[in-house]
Amino acid sequence: MTQNIKFIQGNEVCVEAALYAGLTFYAGYPITPSTEIAEHLAIRLPLISGTFIQMEDEIASICAIIGASLTGNKVMTATSGPGFSLMQEGLGYAIMAEIPCVIVNVQRGGPSTGLPTNVSQSDVFQAQWGTHGDHAIIAMTASSHQDLFEITVDAFNMAETYRTPVILLLDEVIGHMRERVFIPEPGELPLVERLKTAFKEGVDYHPYLPREDGRLPMSDFGGIHRFNVTGLVHDMWGFPSNNPTIAKGLMHHLIDKINNNVHEIARYKEYHMDDASIILVSYGCSARSARHVVENRRKRGEKLGLIELQTLWPFPMHVIRNRCANARYILVVEQNMGQLVHLVKMNVARPDKVFLCNRIDGVFISPTDIRNVLRVIQGRGV
Amino acid sequence: MSVKKFIRERFFPHIWCQGCGHGIVLNAMLRALSALGISKNEIVVVSGIGCSARISGYVDFHTLHTLHGRALAFATGVKMSLPGLNVIVPMGDGDALAIGGNHFIHAARRNIDMTAIVMNNRIYGMTGGQFSPLTGYGMKATTAPYKNIDHDFDIAELSRAAGASYVARTTTYHVQQLTEMIKEAILHDGFSVVEVLSQCPTNFGRRNKMGGAVEMMESYKSLTTPIGSKAKQENPALIERGVFVQRELPEYCSEYNAIIEKLKKGTEK
Amino acid sequence: MSRMRFVFSGSGGQGVITAAIILSEAAVLYENLIAVQAQAYGPEARGGATRSDVIIDDQEILFPKVTQPNFLVCLTQEAYHKFSPIVRPGGTILSDTRFVTIHKKSDARQIQLPLYETIMNEIKKPIVLNICMLGAVVALTQIVQQDSILNVLERRIPHEFIEMNKKALDLGIAMGESQRM
Repeated sequence: MTQNIKFIQGNEVCVEAALYAGLTFYAGYPITPSTEIAEHLAIRLPLISGTFIQMEDEIASICAIIGASLTGNKVMTATSGPGFSLMQEGLGYAIMAEIPCVIVNVQRGGPSTGLPTNVSQSDVFQAQWGTHGDHAIIAMTASSHQDLFEITVDAFNMAETYRTPVILLLDEVIGHMRERVFIPEPGELPLVERLKTAFKEGVDYHPYLPREDGRLPMSDFGGIHRFNVTGLVHDMWGFPSNNPTIAKGLMHHLIDKINNNVHEIARYKEYHMDDASIILVSYGCSARSARHVVENRRKRGEKLGLIELQTLWPFPMHVIRNRCANARYILVVEQNMGQLVHLVKMNVARPDKVFLCNRIDGVFISPTDIRNVLRVIQGRGV
Repeated sequence: MSVKKFIRERFFPHIWCQGCGHGIVLNAMLRALSALGISKNEIVVVSGIGCSARISGYVDFHTLHTLHGRALAFATGVKMSLPGLNVIVPMGDGDALAIGGNHFIHAARRNIDMTAIVMNNRIYGMTGGQFSPLTGYGMKATTAPYKNIDHDFDIAELSRAAGASYVARTTTYHVQQLTEMIKEAILHDGFSVVEVLSQCPTNFGRRNKMGGAVEMMESYKSLTTPIGSKAKQENPALIERGVFVQRELPEYCSEYNAIIEKLKKGTEK
Repeated sequence: MSRMRFVFSGSGGQGVITAAIILSEAAVLYENLIAVQAQAYGPEARGGATRSDVIIDDQEILFPKVTQPNFLVCLTQEAYHKFSPIVRPGGTILSDTRFVTIHKKSDARQIQLPLYETIMNEIKKPIVLNICMLGAVVALTQIVQQDSILNVLERRIPHEFIEMNKKALDLGIAMGESQRM
């Protein structure tokens, strides 16, 4: 047995990957099905002189990690639907004040308290539009523990690169399932460290003046430069401003730095896509069932393919547009009333050829569920 | 004593109304910091939303202007990361005790080393005079046009019960006492609360026929009394000023650090 | 190898989930096999019907839930009622003689073992019932080596309880061996 192979829950994989990526501060509030993340970090973080703190609610949790991130920590919080709803206010603040952080939402059935111990993928739109105001967001997901490890590290890297919150949109199946994961050696996966200003103490330093490439080299809060951070529209000093030119410039900066980099941010996997005429599009746990069907049908010579999206926001429209151009049918497989399916329809020439295969009852969507929908699409009866 | 060096002059004039008490609190806070001789780089000011919260913008420290009610939660993240810095959280009464009430009692319960200066003007001033949890029964506000039927908190008692290890109250009239209390609170190792009765002539005094700023400040003189005074026994309606709580309790960051140190020793063995 | 699909069922506190994890961990960490383990969560910390699914194979496993187990373990009557109908025809149902009365009609091979009784006679600690059960499962299926299970136990269990667990495992293995076809 090698030390680097572990047989653990997805939530624990997330912990291992976060620590690998350099996590030093976690604040959270327990909620099923994400709680194992807090429990494992409560053990692990003090061992590396990091900070674990259980806050009074999810609102306080996201605020605490934002405060800690400002001082230079890599930070994370984890929650599920009801807690994610409470975090929306802080999420908007982190977007506006450009504070790197990773927010894990291990999705469960909703709305409200919903189905606390059952699977769902119904927070896809909330991840993008849960907090108020125009903004861009990065949201990522994974369907296997090995992918989850890499995507979690990616999430931390993107949070640093773009100085923005990144949402890890997991689900109950992946969070609780145990399977093998190989933990890479330190250095095997690239890590992005925080870009800091080269300005020395005493210089008239502009914390919110981005470089030409859009990246923001910020000084750690509490360090050699004193500056202001606010959730209000602000100028390059970080001071509140009502100036329309400043407001417009800031909005463009916040949105463009993410949406203009969709090609760099997009993570996805393809299976049997070269000659596929029926294309399944899926993500997270649902992609496991979708791939099960695709692999079995391929053995019978049927031309099925799968696009598994790992970046959900910004929506990788170029992937759907380019790869689905020749599809006879597209079947979106997800555990909700149809969220990603709308985005797929918006990005293909024939939206009438896009179908949804879903489950909303808290039961994990199975290959049989998908086969049943395929029968209908292929005109083989119900 | 010059406190000008602490001010970000570039961002003046401030937004406060004529006669507002908040400028007096700012002044007292800066005098306290000046007297303590703490360098500007060692001071963090975290604030929420409201008139009082604008203090953070005006001072040349590390300043974090956050969300309504959430300042203490942000401050907790900063303090746990940089326990060596002095964290001061100027708050309004609504900010601290309505929307932020939960964060307030939990910060007190943890006894994390920071100073909450609650500037109690008994009203939501910035948004035009809606009642707050400190407005008090029978008073008027734009959202209590007939009379307020909500009872108010006693901030000192609430803080004591929640676990704060330093609790004091004074007013903008008693500026020397205020400065001394802020000094003590900053030096105190644990969660400290300084409640300051601070007049809002525009949105509280005017609507409740209390006169202007001068009359309101005079009332702070006549309606308050030192803790345990004879006057209080004779007239229980008087509001007590002074230090209500000053006790030594384990401080949160130190306790957390002790766990880390213990684990380090454990792994060395 | 052909894919093995297990469902372990019983009531909360009996350790059926732990047994499922130990089995799959042994397969992955010590036998270089592929395994996934999933479990049904309810709001109860103790009591209630508990179920854990384990799939073991040498090929990639995509769908992680078991719909038709080849091998079903039932440690309560409730679990037996609930899950015995889903077992694959030709599969195996292992149950405890004390806790479960079996239906006569089934397409599966039914094995009843006095796991609880043996544990109480020999070790007098009901806490190791799950490890005894696991011994029987390993003996009946030969899915992993006994040593692999021992390796996992040694890593997971405090030193002072190892002997007791080893004994429970051996008792289970002996009972399982007696029923091997």
